[in-house]
Amino acid sequence: MSDDSDKGPSRRGFLGAMAAGGALAAGGARAASDPLITEVQPWNQLLGEGVDETPYGLPIRFESDVVRRDVPWLTADPISSVNFTPIHALEGTITPQGCAFERHHAGAIELAKPDYRLMINGLVDRQMVFTYADLERFPRETHVYFMECAANSGMEWAGAQLNGCQFTQGMIHNMEYVGVPVRLLLEEAGVKPEGKWVLAEGADAAGMTRSIPLEKMLDDCLVAFKANGEALRKEHGYPARLVVPGWEGNMWVKWLRRLEVGDEPWEQREETSKYTDVMADGSARKWTWVMDAKSVITSPSPQAPITHGKGPLVITGLAWSGRGTIRRVDVTTDGGITWHEARLSGPSFSKALHRFHFDVDWDGSEMILQSRAIDDTGYVQPTKDQLRAFRGENSIYHNNGIQTWLVMPDGRVENVEIS
Amino acid sequence: MSRFPELTALALAALIATPAAAQMGLGREATPEEVAAWDIDVRPDGLGLPEGSGDVATGEGLYVEKCAVCHGDFGEAVGRWPVLAGGEGTLDRKDPVKTVGSYWPYLSTVWDYVHRAMPFTEGRSLTGDETYAITAYLLYLNDLVDEDFELSRETFLEVEMPNADGFFVDDRDAVEVAEFSKPPCMSACKAETTVTRHATVIDVTPDDDGAETSETEAPVETAAVPAPAAAAPEAPAGPDPELVAAGEKVFAKCKACHQVGEGAQNRTGPILNGTVGAPAAHIDGFKYSRAMTEAAEGGLVWTEETLDAFLEKPKAVIPRTKMSFAGLRKAEDREAIIAYLQSLGD
Ligand code: HEC
Ligand code: HEC
Repeated sequence: MSDDSDKGPSRRGFLGAMAAGGALAAGGARAASDPLITEVQPWNQLLGEGVDETPYGLPIRFESDVVRRDVPWLTADPISSVNFTPIHALEGTITPQGCAFERHHAGAIELAKPDYRLMINGLVDRQMVFTYADLERFPRETHVYFMECAANSGMEWAGAQLNGCQFTQGMIHNMEYVGVPVRLLLEEAGVKPEGKWVLAEGADAAGMTRSIPLEKMLDDCLVAFKANGEALRKEHGYPARLVVPGWEGNMWVKWLRRLEVGDEPWEQREETSKYTDVMADGSARKWTWVMDAKSVITSPSPQAPITHGKGPLVITGLAWSGRGTIRRVDVTTDGGITWHEARLSGPSFSKALHRFHFDVDWDGSEMILQSRAIDDTGYVQPTKDQLRAFRGENSIYHNNGIQTWLVMPDGRVENVEIS
Repeated sequence: MSRFPELTALALAALIATPAAAQMGLGREATPEEVAAWDIDVRPDGLGLPEGSGDVATGEGLYVEKCAVCHGDFGEAVGRWPVLAGGEGTLDRKDPVKTVGSYWPYLSTVWDYVHRAMPFTEGRSLTGDETYAITAYLLYLNDLVDEDFELSRETFLEVEMPNADGFFVDDRDAVEVAEFSKPPCMSACKAETTVTRHATVIDVTPDDDGAETSETEAPVETAAVPAPAAAAPEAPAGPDPELVAAGEKVFAKCKACHQVGEGAQNRTGPILNGTVGAPAAHIDGFKYSRAMTEAAEGGLVWTEETLDAFLEKPKAVIPRTKMSFAGLRKAEDREAIIAYLQSLGD
């Protein structure tokens, strides 16, 4: 926490409000004594579980609603499908692996480390095979990166559709990866001068393939085998996946088994039929790899309504950019008439999720909430209508438009669009 | 590509100038057989295509047998499986229909993808010739070739894909970024704000229990789900739990088409609760093939024996069943899955 000193009018406004209204509530009617305090409770008296009760711990049962969820009608089948991170219920910046969204094209496979092979072939001096044990002997790096599906918010192009931040923006996660720079692996094989592109291929039945420019691969891509301190989960590509920082999630090939160097792109299914963005005139953008700056208020949101009535309210959200760090996040409570600078809290890594907070004293009236990210290149997250002006409504992918939540006086929140 | 100017110029230079400098001596050289086994990708210029050929008529037979159950007899798709044909002239309309014919820019992509990933439940099972034939048939379904067309490595580059020129390289940096990089307004940005659209109007959001509350989408073939067996007691003669567990794993091969357990629905294939001991085709609301219904009328009952035979080679038992599944070769897999099905009750 480097940056949570008082900042902007909101903070001061909130503190002022607290001094006035807060004191009244606290000093007013005398509350009846709380039996949770006056009476001995079972957990004060009886013994809890011993160590080793759960050798690998899971969240306590009270948190059982904080799970990935899917939207069954979106896809034909749960094996080739996607689910969503419960971002409405998470805080901070790191996404726990167990609730980080999944997207498979042929299901999550079990590939054991001893069975793992990574081949490098094509325009290289030596076509190579590495085992998992080999990977562990290359110098490693540690980086935090967000990973967002290009189709995140894709259902919202033609208008507000899904009532939940988990469903509208939850195809994202943010983890601390440890892995080997792809550059080192390619150096081991020796890239020929004609090499310009690398095809990454997965070991699952989908045989997922994407063509990635050699420059990007040499710049910052990793073959990662750990996330958030432990092995990758099966559903995220155990034992090793490709990490392509700032670029669309589909390129982060899971169960990575092959890197082929070539002089032209391969134009595979996932870079022609899918992950191309149809414009209003029917032409399509391809190679739209970078994820533009985006933010969303995760709470309050439709699945995280305000339950405490008026008074102090924490507005919290996430911001990210595939081009670098987030310089600033603005929040409005009146649908964009007035904007306030939110507080960034927590680490600020390039191409990683940033957390912002905006503390207000809610007067209990309707609010129209939005957040707007500005990245360190100066790119300002556009409105959905600004995006539609360039792209129409059919592009499915790369919807980084501003999300609007309507907060009603009773605290319920709805996904809306505004003028 | 000028997106990573400094870094990459350096990295590239280092790599090319001193190819051997950074080597760690890890890994080993791949054998030519290994590379051939994994490097099956095909590029737009045809690089990677094997020798071989296949014609539309052969492709039709293979398609009907292996693909139609999901993608429909004419590529129109069954349920929500992907549509493979049609959609010409829809790309600039609302909800464009993007198919091999209307959208895909390169024929190589069709060949490569079908060869590597289809049929969905058995990727990498098609031979080169089969892939040529099925690809030819997909072109035919999209009115791109005549019925006597034969696709081969030689004729491959002659085929013109209608939307070949429909794509342009990402131009966001040139077209949008300047517009989206203006200093944003902070106050008095507009006179008023009105809500123009509500999500709840077309609420399609799943409930907390994951159930669907859609009012706009018809639920996918919800069948009369047989009530779960009333607390199925641990029958002494019940299937061996280890076998059941093994069977649950094998069931991964069936999941694409069949659901089991509480809340199961008919999908591409019928619900498989209470199959063992039941007459064939007993699930209400599932549209069985004529062949399956006739077999049922002929008295076919799913005993361990009939199931074993059917699952070994479905088409050997019911030649025109619409279950496109090659079969479970291993007897132990069949035994396990039958135990698993038995454990489900009805
Ligand atoms: C069990 C159902 C099933 C069967 C059988 C099947 N497919 Fe598919 N097919 C799918 C699914 C699911 C996808 C999408 C996979 C994904 O999400 O990546 C797909 C995708 C495709 C696509 C890409 C569609 C697009 O627009 O991107 C083609 C082409 C295709 N299949 C051809 C075939 C052919 C040819 C066969 C027979 C050899 C076949 N499929 C058999 C389920 C099936
Ligand atoms: C590609 C889709 C698909 C796959 C994969 C598949 N099935 Fe089927 N299955 C079907 C269809 C479709 C039918 C209906 C057949 C008919 O009507 O001819 C069916 C029918 C059946 C039946 C007869 C059910 C009845 O009500 O009479 C059984 C039993 C069965 N399948 C078991 C399995 C098992 C076990 C597996 C996995 C080892 C499997 N199937 C894999 C599609 C599939």
